[in-house]
Amino acid sequence: MANPITSLRIEHITKRFPGIVACSDISLSVGKGEVLALVGENGAGKTTLMNILMGLYTPDEGKIYINNKEVVFKSPSDAFACGIGMVHQQYMLVPNLTVTENVALGMRQMMDGRDGDTTLDKFKRAVKLDLASVRRHIVAISEHYGLSVDPDAYIWQLSVGEQQRVELVKTLCFGAKFLILDEPTSALTPQETDELIELLRRMSHELSIIFISHKLAEVKALSNKVAILRGGKLVFRGNTADHSAADIAALMTGHQVYLPVNQSSKAPGKPMLEVHDLFVRGDRGNMALNKLNLTVRAGEIVGLAGVSGNGQRELAEALTGLRAIESGEVSLDGVSLVGRTPKQIIAQGMGYVPEERNIEGIVPSMSIRENLVLKDIGKPPYSTVGVISNARISANAEKMREEFDIRCSGVNVAAGSLSGGNIQKVILAREISRGPKFLIAVYPIRGLDLGAAEFIHKQLLALRDSGVGILLISEELEEVINLSDRIAVIFKGQIQRTLGRGEATQRKLGMMMAGVKEI
Amino acid sequence: MKNFKLVYTIGVILLAVLLTLGIASLVLAVLGADVLKTFWVIFCYPFTSFKNLSGVINIMTPLTLVGIGICVAYRSGIMNIGGEGQMLIGLLCAIVFALYSGIEGPLSIPLIMLVGMAGGAVWGFFPGILKSKFGVSELLSTVMFNYIATQLYAYCLRVPLLDPAVAGGAGDPQTVKLAESQWLPRINEVIENVPKGTRFHIGILIAIALAVVVYLFMWKTPVGFKMRAAGASDRAARYGGISVSAYLVLAMIISGACCGLAGTVEILGVHHRGLGNCTGGYGFSGIVVALFGGLHPLGVIPAAFFFALISYGCSALQINKIPVPSNMIDVLLGLMIMVIVAAKLIIANPYLMDHVQHTVTKLINKKEGGADA
Ligand SMILES: Nc1ncnc2c1ncn2[C@@H]1O[C@H](COP(=O)(O)OP(=O)(O)OP(=O)(O)O)[C@@H](O)[C@H]1O
Ligand SMILES: [Mg+2]
Repeated sequence: MANPITSLRIEHITKRFPGIVACSDISLSVGKGEVLALVGENGAGKTTLMNILMGLYTPDEGKIYINNKEVVFKSPSDAFACGIGMVHQQYMLVPNLTVTENVALGMRQMMDGRDGDTTLDKFKRAVKLDLASVRRHIVAISEHYGLSVDPDAYIWQLSVGEQQRVELVKTLCFGAKFLILDEPTSALTPQETDELIELLRRMSHELSIIFISHKLAEVKALSNKVAILRGGKLVFRGNTADHSAADIAALMTGHQVYLPVNQSSKAPGKPMLEVHDLFVRGDRGNMALNKLNLTVRAGEIVGLAGVSGNGQRELAEALTGLRAIESGEVSLDGVSLVGRTPKQIIAQGMGYVPEERNIEGIVPSMSIRENLVLKDIGKPPYSTVGVISNARISANAEKMREEFDIRCSGVNVAAGSLSGGNIQKVILAREISRGPKFLIAVYPIRGLDLGAAEFIHKQLLALRDSGVGILLISEELEEVINLSDRIAVIFKGQIQRTLGRGEATQRKLGMMMAGVKEI
Repeated sequence: MKNFKLVYTIGVILLAVLLTLGIASLVLAVLGADVLKTFWVIFCYPFTSFKNLSGVINIMTPLTLVGIGICVAYRSGIMNIGGEGQMLIGLLCAIVFALYSGIEGPLSIPLIMLVGMAGGAVWGFFPGILKSKFGVSELLSTVMFNYIATQLYAYCLRVPLLDPAVAGGAGDPQTVKLAESQWLPRINEVIENVPKGTRFHIGILIAIALAVVVYLFMWKTPVGFKMRAAGASDRAARYGGISVSAYLVLAMIISGACCGLAGTVEILGVHHRGLGNCTGGYGFSGIVVALFGGLHPLGVIPAAFFFALISYGCSALQINKIPVPSNMIDVLLGLMIMVIVAAKLIIANPYLMDHVQHTVTKLINKKEGGADA
């Protein structure tokens, strides 16, 4: 196995993509046992830089040194062989294989880089899949780091947080001595996040870690050093302890960030969305929504707080016509939505920012400008007498790009090639600019940088003031408390209780989300 | 390098072609054929006379039509391998209509074509609706519908439509000849002063026109946009209010109609009657054409020409006294499919492209540095 990594240094790394410099002259170093937090706006080049470290991309200029020796990675297996392992923004697990099988799947490729093997050894490994020894390896690793995973569980049975742990175990099984984590917490529940941070802290005694995050609380909690990228350039390096979260935020965006707070006293209008005794089935046939009742008025933001998996997704899908309603009544502005198609519901004025933005919110292989008119392509001004007007679609895209600060090399590139945060901006731009009567926003700022989060929150509040009703589904209690006029807590498919803006505190909400009814 | 992507893509394709040729030479050498002469017949002989070129164009016509149909289906998220069956049903309907409606005169050709398209469309509709309503895999249903169509056609040919002239005899089953006014005219009948021997039928003009129309439909109309969106990501399309299942069925109807037209054109232009093997397997080779043409209706045109070329060339091997079985074309086709699939994977991998770009830039820099020194 590779020697332990006592230092990793990159010098003057530059990487250009057509029309954009993703990384520009970046130098960084990480010592043994250090945790470096890499932060920066969406599209700043964080993921690209880490992909270079992993050998996925070759830098145009610059060098990488491990233990003061220059290394050149031609492929990820070279990086693995040096002991660098990465958990990507999107997990790469095969759903209908077990944990052990998933780990074994990547294992052979990694092992090929091992020195001192005879050809016979290599041949033996190539023909034989030794699941039992892989399983032992997994158990040993998970005990060593206190990482609980069930080696025999199928991936599809696991929650997002558990899948994340599988990715970690997988990387560690490959012999990683240096961990790179790209936004490891963005899809986790707050509890899972806390567990992960605790776990990483323990692991940092033995390993070096680079982690990317948009949540400064995590940066403060976990890292010794912080590096900030902006527009592909390294703009700041320092010790985490010397700087407050607000300082880091300001350095990151170039201005002070104030997440806006809903202070409006304007009384909400007539009921916009009314849900009465709603029953909806989940994917496994169980009743995911169990007699749910909810009303959202015009000009009101109702935050739906809850631990994920308590029916939030099913509710959003039922309200938008993507999931069948078993029984109950749903109406938007007085018109029943039961049995309507998504198209009819959209025409009724419903906007929706879905949870799975990469596969649901955009068509990844289509261009940004096409994605921005996904819902309106058949209507003027984007098409008249059955012919698409490319000029108007492009003009719209340029306007949205300006207004929502979508960072891209051009509106003709595939939406799937954008950075995670910018994909979210494309979706929000489309949904907000369509002028909906009602908006369902699921985790609207997940994966967004602070500046963008601030911007989106302002947009949501402005939308509310213009009389739109908003259902904000989120696990981030701070976000829910900041924005909502009322907060409904969902638990096991029912609304546990609804609180006014003044009543809600993080502690109270946290307990109610766990199922406590009266506090 | 700004246009590296383009250069890279072309480079990969050229490599793929070279690789195919390399393996093909190997096969030929093993068969004991004169490799160079064989290649000359396959790739150059078709250009040696207008008669040969016309033969190529006649093969290109149905390939283009089927290829367009496959593109429409594929872009909409459904893999239509039932082109063969749709061709058969289309041409069967066309023959029945042509023989029994008593229709004649200039209007008869477009009408017969419409009937043929309708037949193919119906045969495409069934797998489409089965998939959208019951989730039946189109791979399964289209193949099954191919079997049904083949048997149904064989029956019709032998019993109700059998030409009395061959009835009871030992000849191959066939239908009566269509009336001459129902034949697609040849180019030398429409335009005067074409070089001698130019006698392909005007189906190719229909095919090219259809390719343009389908391109405009898929890329310039909202319906086409929605079909492409549904094909690229069905969940996102559903989310966007696009009725994925309805567009799936529509795609299969259009796809089937294109294949039905291919069969009809083949009858009206080449055979002028129903025969035992009048689809020429174009329903299958059209799939390869579509893939080779980048699944784009306009890309299908050159791809179909290329395939028609080697197809004609291979069939000419015998006349040129080259002892290679004409099954060679199947070997070539199989090779091509594999190489295309591999090349596609390579082109779609951004990381690989990145590494290649680097190696190339480095090599160029080294050379320049060396020249300076
Ligand atoms: N393969 C590629 N081809 C072209 N441009 C790319 C490619 N990969 C990334 N980019 C561009 O490089 C820039 C940096 O992207 P990157 O994914 O590194 O951002 P990021 O800092 O990880 O952002 P986020 O926080 O949103 O994940 C972006 O503008 C992106 O559009
Ligand atoms: Mg990223």
